[in-house]
Amino acid sequence: MKKLYLTFFSILFFTHTSFALVKIDITRGNLEPLPTAISPFYMDDPAKFSSQLKGLKLEEKIPELISTNLRRSGLFNVIDPKSYIQSPSIAHMKPTFQDWALIKAQIMVSGKLVIDNKKRLRVEFRLWDVVNAKEIEGLALFATPSSWRRIAHIISDKIYERMTGELGYFDTRIIYVAETGPKDQRVKKLAIMDQDGANNKYLTLGNELVLTPRFNPTAQMITYMSYFKNLPRVYLLNIETGMQEVVGDFPGMTFAPRFSPDGKKIIMSFAKDGNSDIYSMDLATRVVEQLTSHPSIDTSPSYSADGNYITFNSDRSGSQQIYVMKSDGSNVKRISFGEGLYGTPVWSPRGDLIAFTKIYRGNFYIGVMRSDGSGERLLTQNYYQEAPSWSPNGRVLIFYRETKAGKQGVGASSSLWSIDLTGYNERKIKTITDASDPAWSGLLSK
Amino acid sequence: MYKSVSLSVLFHIIFIVLTVVSLPFIKKEPITAQQLIAIDIIQISEKTQLPFAPKAREIIEKIQKEKEKRVVTKQAPPKITPKEKPKAVPLPDQLKEKAKEEKKKQNPEEIKELVRQSSEFEKKELFDPNKIAALIDKSKEETAEIKQKQSLELTQNQDSSVSLNKGITLSQEDAIKAQIYKCWNIPLGLPYDQNLLVRIRLKLKQDGSILFSEILDHARMNQPGQGFYKVLAESALRAVKLCDPLKMPATGYEKWKDLQLNFDAKEMLRG
Repeated sequence: MKKLYLTFFSILFFTHTSFALVKIDITRGNLEPLPTAISPFYMDDPAKFSSQLKGLKLEEKIPELISTNLRRSGLFNVIDPKSYIQSPSIAHMKPTFQDWALIKAQIMVSGKLVIDNKKRLRVEFRLWDVVNAKEIEGLALFATPSSWRRIAHIISDKIYERMTGELGYFDTRIIYVAETGPKDQRVKKLAIMDQDGANNKYLTLGNELVLTPRFNPTAQMITYMSYFKNLPRVYLLNIETGMQEVVGDFPGMTFAPRFSPDGKKIIMSFAKDGNSDIYSMDLATRVVEQLTSHPSIDTSPSYSADGNYITFNSDRSGSQQIYVMKSDGSNVKRISFGEGLYGTPVWSPRGDLIAFTKIYRGNFYIGVMRSDGSGERLLTQNYYQEAPSWSPNGRVLIFYRETKAGKQGVGASSSLWSIDLTGYNERKIKTITDASDPAWSGLLSK
Repeated sequence: MYKSVSLSVLFHIIFIVLTVVSLPFIKKEPITAQQLIAIDIIQISEKTQLPFAPKAREIIEKIQKEKEKRVVTKQAPPKITPKEKPKAVPLPDQLKEKAKEEKKKQNPEEIKELVRQSSEFEKKELFDPNKIAALIDKSKEETAEIKQKQSLELTQNQDSSVSLNKGITLSQEDAIKAQIYKCWNIPLGLPYDQNLLVRIRLKLKQDGSILFSEILDHARMNQPGQGFYKVLAESALRAVKLCDPLKMPATGYEKWKDLQLNFDAKEMLRG
């Protein structure tokens, strides 16, 4: 009985006062680019620098190029340097984070140039988390003064990688077809440049028409289509040595070449008697394998990231559509079922998506779909555009766009553009001449 | 007989007379005085957080649990104007209706620098009545997906063993959410198809400032292959720091001194 009373009183007086932990789901936030401050670099012990090196003003140019790179990615909002109040050396050694928080920066980049004992130029940079007041990345690189652009690109890649969890794409090059002259006498040269349009270089003289250049993802090698004895043929070109060679001895025309992800094979179309099929060739053994044999036109093959599958386009169903097959040619499956025509499928290096050109009611679209054909998403639309090529991290596509010719058939120009997977960040890439058929290299510093 | 008839007649007459006399009065409008409405200003928590008797609590908890099994999402939080993300460029027949607007808005001559700003219209998601079936199918898929997700990684629905007595009210919770939303810069490069849930535990002081914050799955941050998780976790930590001090209700410190924030960007990134 006593016990009963006790229980009764305890219930009466000790009501539940403990509260469970409050859990709150945060599912929304800002989708603005990350506010970033990039402090100018500084020269450590300027007396050691030659006047020539000082004249290059690398301590300003490197951070400027990093800013340009990050801004172009669409993921960073670089704050105007005029609002920076801290001197570059303090920012690099022991930044006062409040000063940077004041201008609403969430991360900050600082750096310095050093001439070391062996008289080499060393570039150091640090990435700071302003909000949590700590250093989150740091790196020192040796450089020759002339390679300062690459240094800036490598630093940009490091920052990009640290802040997004993904590899960057700034230390890369783009190969494209440079076009000059009137439409009926177009001179097309193979050209290569940095991802941002700098360091432009021509690789061929323009005597022969060149088309569809593609990078070997693992080496400094290019494959492209050019004319040999008035017949389009696939060529190989070593960028470093300038050596050129015709691929294989085919009794017809070969075109639309592309490397396998390991760089050991070339896959291409071979056309004879009005029928084109897909062939692969091992570069070391030169063994050729026929992968499709269908009376329709099969072309534009591209390997998947793991090399186990191939996507290509074919008109076997009556109109041009995208297909996927195993890399030995078996299991052919159509994946594009939307309205319109689909072409130039390219498998993303990340493996999840296939980029393509779609033609629908006279308009050209660049889009992506999953490798099973689902989730088709059109990123950009224009009068004429095609040939998407992936950045090495699979987040950005480069392609070319042609403007309408005037009434006399002149005034048409073509240029290179890039767009990221969000479909938001569309940018033109500066080239000296008109440009078409771009292809993105892998990361150079990997 | 005669008596009853006369009585009936009498009563009828009385009734008729009464109606005739009284109805006009009813018809007259009464004097209208402005009616006063008394308003009590009360803490909503007093009403929503009534302490229940233990037995009643048990029953309600039972019901609540059953409900939770069915209800997938809770009340939608207030919209914090997310930047509109394009699903896709619309096809021409979707464009037809607004083709005229487009002409006005798109003026290629005015493009400054090299950035082509996509017009708002272009990025708008257009509702396609032909795709209703697809939408319905999708919803089926989604529910199916939820059931399948019994993986090791926590999802929000599994994680929040939301107890009945949350300590704070829905409106208070929304107020906290709204603050964090503003502080959180979602890392835009993250993949939308991975399960990245970052749980941060907060201990608050009486004035709403943060005494300490910690990531609950801290070990995951430095594991190889968890780069995206690390990026998200760091952004969440920055958000918490930027929001310090939080504006918390003046009362009930005991209820909100321990908070757990579950950061999940999937919804936003999927757009």
